[in-house]
Amino acid sequence: MSARRWREDALPFALLLPSVAYLALLILLPMFQALLLAIQGDDGALTTEHLQRMANDVNFRDAIRNTLVLLVLIVPAQIVLALVMALLVHSRIKGHRWLLYIYAIPLAISDLAAGILWLSVFTQQGYLNTVLQGLGLIKGPIIFLSYENIALVFAAIVVAESWRATALVLVILIAGLQLIPRDYFEAADLFGANRIGRTIHVVLPLLRPSLQSALIIRTIFAFTTFAAVFALAGRNLPIVYGEAYNWYTLSRDSHVAASYALVLLLMAGTMTVFYLRVLGVGKEQLGR
Amino acid sequence: MKRPRSLRSAALAASLAVLLAACSTQGAPAGGGPESSDTGKGFVFASTQFTPTTEQENVRNKILASYKGAPVDYVTDAENVILDRITAEIKAGGQGQIGLVGLENGQFGTIANGMQDVGKVMDKYKDKGIPADFVNLGKLSGGTQYYVPWMQATYFLAINKKAMQYLPSGADVNALTYDQLIAWGKNILDKTGKRMIGLPAGNNSLLHRLLQGYFYPSYTGGLVTTYKSADAETMWKAIKDLWQYTNPQSTTYAFMQDPLQSEEVWIGFDHAARLINVLKAKPNDFMAVPAPAGPKGRYFMTVLVGLGIPKTTPNQKGSEALIDYLLQSSTQIATLRENSFFPVVKVDIPSDLDAGLKLEADAVSKQATAKDAKPVPLPVGLGAKGGDFNKAMVDTFQRIVIKNEDIKTVLGEQSALLQKAVTDAGAKCWGPDGTSSGPCQVK
Repeated sequence: MSARRWREDALPFALLLPSVAYLALLILLPMFQALLLAIQGDDGALTTEHLQRMANDVNFRDAIRNTLVLLVLIVPAQIVLALVMALLVHSRIKGHRWLLYIYAIPLAISDLAAGILWLSVFTQQGYLNTVLQGLGLIKGPIIFLSYENIALVFAAIVVAESWRATALVLVILIAGLQLIPRDYFEAADLFGANRIGRTIHVVLPLLRPSLQSALIIRTIFAFTTFAAVFALAGRNLPIVYGEAYNWYTLSRDSHVAASYALVLLLMAGTMTVFYLRVLGVGKEQLGR
Repeated sequence: MKRPRSLRSAALAASLAVLLAACSTQGAPAGGGPESSDTGKGFVFASTQFTPTTEQENVRNKILASYKGAPVDYVTDAENVILDRITAEIKAGGQGQIGLVGLENGQFGTIANGMQDVGKVMDKYKDKGIPADFVNLGKLSGGTQYYVPWMQATYFLAINKKAMQYLPSGADVNALTYDQLIAWGKNILDKTGKRMIGLPAGNNSLLHRLLQGYFYPSYTGGLVTTYKSADAETMWKAIKDLWQYTNPQSTTYAFMQDPLQSEEVWIGFDHAARLINVLKAKPNDFMAVPAPAGPKGRYFMTVLVGLGIPKTTPNQKGSEALIDYLLQSSTQIATLRENSFFPVVKVDIPSDLDAGLKLEADAVSKQATAKDAKPVPLPVGLGAKGGDFNKAMVDTFQRIVIKNEDIKTVLGEQSALLQKAVTDAGAKCWGPDGTSSGPCQVK
């Protein structure tokens, strides 16, 4: 009897074991190793040499600033866009099924491929200039991707990133929308709410948990936006993620690369805690 | 939480490499066959060269096609991936999978302790006409021969003929100076309103090589020793001048052949292998000419790629046999035809060469035989510090040219970083800097 009892008690833990092992071996261990790389010298002694080297690097301040600017530009735009798209899909207008498929297409494209695709749009002899010239709107091609006009480069990256990754947010929001019981809508209709009123007073509050997940995931992804920046901006726009890559591949210095990774971890961690606090989900919503 | 990219990509790359190796030993080996069963164990030929897919395929299906020795699996990837893999095998010891490595001169430094002395192998090719300079470079400024020269390349200018009408009067396009190039760019801007010179200054570009092998020695007669000299200040002023007439999208260019082909620029300065596509595609619209000369001469960089045998080779005879095959005249010409790298052994360039390649071959020979020509090797002896060294230079460019910082201040600060890389590596002076007993010193 007790052996059986023990087995029943142990079962949940046994079932958890694979995911715990996965997390420990493939996420926690490398994370710990990266931390060591950032603070250990070649002789194994603790040192701040690598962190100092990172902080004194030409690109460090720019990288932090650009990463934050991108975050501020990309995340809100995508959340709003995804929300509109999700409501459109959810509104069951004619052809709403097709909308979802079309919105999801960019998800199937690798981020570097997406970056190169948008490069072919924005480059000097690209599609955008060809179209504008064809319409007679401009005389000669405009150079969009120049370090001399960094705002346009930012804009190009935001467009490329929004195109590529908005669908990710969309999927989460649609899942959230589908979880809202129909009764609420019917009740709202009964009280004479119009579409807008229904959206503001019923949908948005009930969508809060999904919005929170979407924000966290999207923000972390925004920190690691890389390929689009790499393709569209080259060396014009250093970002934290790109600097980690450059230090590892070009400079072959895994210590400084790990220091950058550490910065990224701190930034993403801070933002996640911030979201959890600010968008704190009430018990009544979790218990739904 | 996000795992650090560096570790993840390294792990991914390593597993991919292993996977590739595992797959290929089961597949049909290049050039192998049932009759080659007595040639010993198959092995991997790992190289940092020919990473574009078509070039890889050319190596496997054309260059190695008639090789009859042990099955060879050509594996190529970015420098860090290949060097990591070689290092891993060396550290593991015993018998590895890699039997031959094909690396740039500077890349051997990192892994030199795991390489055999190939002095005896080198002796076999005494009569092949390999330049003595190249053989010496293979010693990495020591006594041991770490590699046998395999192939070479260089950098020069590719020019759209549309630019010719704006060439400053009195300038010979085949013997340009940097001042004339600047005047040419200005002329084009004045007449057309466009900045038509292109420099590869993006990610994955070879801008550091242009600085190390062209601008610096041509203006200062040195590189490390003269890094913050008065001549260097003059040079940076000239580069800033040139930049005024350079397409600002240059900071996104990695391979100049692409903007040349789309006519975003008319004049492009880059590595031969990064210009060849446009020359092959439009041989009648383009010309290839030697790099410009500066006050100290027409310095140009010779990129030398060598073949080394790891101590952990699984098939010693096979490794040596493959070197033998790769140095045969027919293979050297096949390498030129397919992948645009030039022979290191003495060969007669065939007359039926592709028109684009002919343009390149012509530019290479004009550059090498110009009366003020002075060849420079890739940096020697920097080993793992090569990345820091390159970064110090590219950051100098970034700060002075793009961010418009004060030249003297930047040179002072960046030369300290450059010096640290050289001192840490213990690299003696090389090429234009002459010789030194200790690490080369910025003066």
